[in-house]
Amino acid sequence: MNFEFTAEQELLKKAAREVAEEVIAPRVEEMEKTKELPEDFYPIMAEAGFTGILVPEEYGGSNLGTLAAILVVEEISRVSAALGTSFQVHCLGYLPLVRLGSPELKAKYLPGVAAGQYIATGAITEASGGSDPTGGMTTTAVRDGDDWIINGRKCFISNNKTANCTWVTAVTKDQPKKEFTTFFVDKSMEGYKTGRMESKAGFHGLDNGDLIFQNCRVPHSNIILGEGKGITVAMTSIGRMGRMGMAAVGLGVIKASLDAAVKFANERVLYGKPIAHLQAVQFKIAEMTYLLEASRLLVYRAAWMTDQNVPDKELAPYVAMAKLYATDAAIKASDLAVEILGGYGVVEEYHVERYLRDARMIWAAAGTGDIMKLTVARMHLNG
Amino acid sequence: MRPLRIAVCVKPVPDPKESNRLQIDPATKTLVRKGIPLVINPLDRHALEAGIKLKEEAEGKVTVFSMAPPAAEQTLTETLAMGADEAVLLSDLRFAGGDTLATARVLAAGLKKMGEWDLIICGAESFDGGTAQVGPQLAVLLGIPWLTRVCQLKREDDNHLLVTVEDETEQRDLLAQLPLLITVDSAVNQPRRLSLLGILAARKRKVITFTADDLPVDLAGIGLNGSPTQTRDLFTHESTKKVELLTGSPQQVAIQLLDKLGLTEKGAGQ
Ligand SMILES: Cc1cc2nc3c(=O)[nH]c(=O)nc-3n(C[C@H](O)[C@H](O)[C@H](O)COP(=O)(O)OP(=O)(O)OC[C@H]3O[C@@H](n4cnc5c(N)ncnc54)[C@H](O)[C@@H]3O)c2cc1C
Repeated sequence: MNFEFTAEQELLKKAAREVAEEVIAPRVEEMEKTKELPEDFYPIMAEAGFTGILVPEEYGGSNLGTLAAILVVEEISRVSAALGTSFQVHCLGYLPLVRLGSPELKAKYLPGVAAGQYIATGAITEASGGSDPTGGMTTTAVRDGDDWIINGRKCFISNNKTANCTWVTAVTKDQPKKEFTTFFVDKSMEGYKTGRMESKAGFHGLDNGDLIFQNCRVPHSNIILGEGKGITVAMTSIGRMGRMGMAAVGLGVIKASLDAAVKFANERVLYGKPIAHLQAVQFKIAEMTYLLEASRLLVYRAAWMTDQNVPDKELAPYVAMAKLYATDAAIKASDLAVEILGGYGVVEEYHVERYLRDARMIWAAAGTGDIMKLTVARMHLNG
Repeated sequence: MRPLRIAVCVKPVPDPKESNRLQIDPATKTLVRKGIPLVINPLDRHALEAGIKLKEEAEGKVTVFSMAPPAAEQTLTETLAMGADEAVLLSDLRFAGGDTLATARVLAAGLKKMGEWDLIICGAESFDGGTAQVGPQLAVLLGIPWLTRVCQLKREDDNHLLVTVEDETEQRDLLAQLPLLITVDSAVNQPRRLSLLGILAARKRKVITFTADDLPVDLAGIGLNGSPTQTRDLFTHESTKKVELLTGSPQQVAIQLLDKLGLTEKGAGQ
């Protein structure tokens, strides 16, 4: 067992931290106010090589793997959970092309993904079915010659405005059994539009809302993996990146909460001494610290298992545990930070109230905590 | 223009962001750096950037040199990821405790071992030591001219650089002939950030390590024993200066200030 990062991973963390602290941190206040993602962020992240972190080298990426991507998400989320989420959703958006796409699809999109010309997302959720995506799915795709025509509306889609390409899962057969197919769609295709935007409690700067497919014409060759294999494709994206990505956003939030709380505890003087001397404050700092360490171990291991190519089914409960635990830990740690800061904890200038709002955003994204528990229970129980 | 052979000297220093954790060991009079991550000395990043920029303009090769403990390999890998072609770590217990001259001797030996250089670039000073001596000492040992605190830099032709140097009183534009050693200021450029492609490219490049046995050095002139400088004392300066805030309307404040400066009748009487 080896718990050390490689020299390369350390450099990668440093690269992400530099961008986070120098470029993103000064703009977070603006994101909180405008609720928009600054337009220059993706070009800067592309220049640093982040956008193509899962793209094979022959397509211009760095192919550094899931753990590497997770480390970048964590570092970015320490400064902006909104951008961390946007970036991880970009990764989950193109991952199915890397793992399951045809050579033609890879050649068509991956160089642009690595260069930052394509920003991606993934769309499965609909109003009629979040946790039950297959039962509630109404988006359809019908064959028309060499093309397919997609109709439907997806909701809660992250990057719904920023992304110019997405995978989208649709019903392609109803009888005798419902069948699903996942297509890769880009904005040059007619009938693919951004719909309404959600106004959210947190993740300000991450656009999230509806994607509308209105007689959207997609070439047959843009099917990922094959007809009827749509759920496998979606679950590869969510299970091998999305859930861990959200967990890594949680790691960033916990670290940010801990740093803010430690700084405040050392600076705030009461009874003639910094409040760091109060045991009640020390207990909270200790709790935040072990929540961070335990979450990291779960998330890094799940990411490492992904890089070891553990099959989806076997991997799923480990990813679910990581997502569930890091999410709950982020909610708890940010809440403790708010408490340590007393009244300042709810003042925007001190940021920790943002950490709490952002932590709350993680719970449902990429599968709710309840669904994570079901996935874990299936390790032992059939039900 | 002809490609240049460029050497950049780099020192790993405790992360300035964590400098409040630095302590002085009262017994040995040295800085206790334990637990504080090492980073590339901030001005050395500018030195490296200057070297890489010149290389990008007209080919050439940038080699980084560092005299440091083995842990510095990580720092040198970072210079490779930023764009250096090779990195040489000069590491040996016998180098430990060296002053600026002993350090310059080891660096000079490393540079000689690796070949000949058109241009040697150092940061103007280190964040932790701050003597600004190593660059000029290295130039003397190599027998080449040097310019310190370069704040602008351009390749003029095959054998000349156009540089701007700055001291307390003036800025001078100079046409400088190669071979040359320069030390650079932070104004000289904006160092690039690490990129993943740079990190990948560094996979193909290696950090070369030399010990004293590999180098043409006189053991009597290196390390603590070979250092003419002996530290008598090292202490944290306690500032006894006080800040006094003058309050009131601008006129009242101005009069109070004139009083303090002894420029009014009242003040003159004080
Ligand atoms: C910030 C954010 C970003 C998102 N980004 C995307 C995106 O990019 N793409 C995308 O497709 N979707 C995205 N989603 C949607 C997300 O995947 C869904 O919100 C999630 O799957 C839950 O669906 P739902 O919101 O409809 O809740 P529901 O499924 O309606 O759940 C309601 C409640 O019922 C519980 N519940 C449901 N089923 C069970 C069960 N079997 N056992 C026990 N409890 C259960 C849930 O845990 C929850 O408490 C995002 C959501 C958020 C909040």
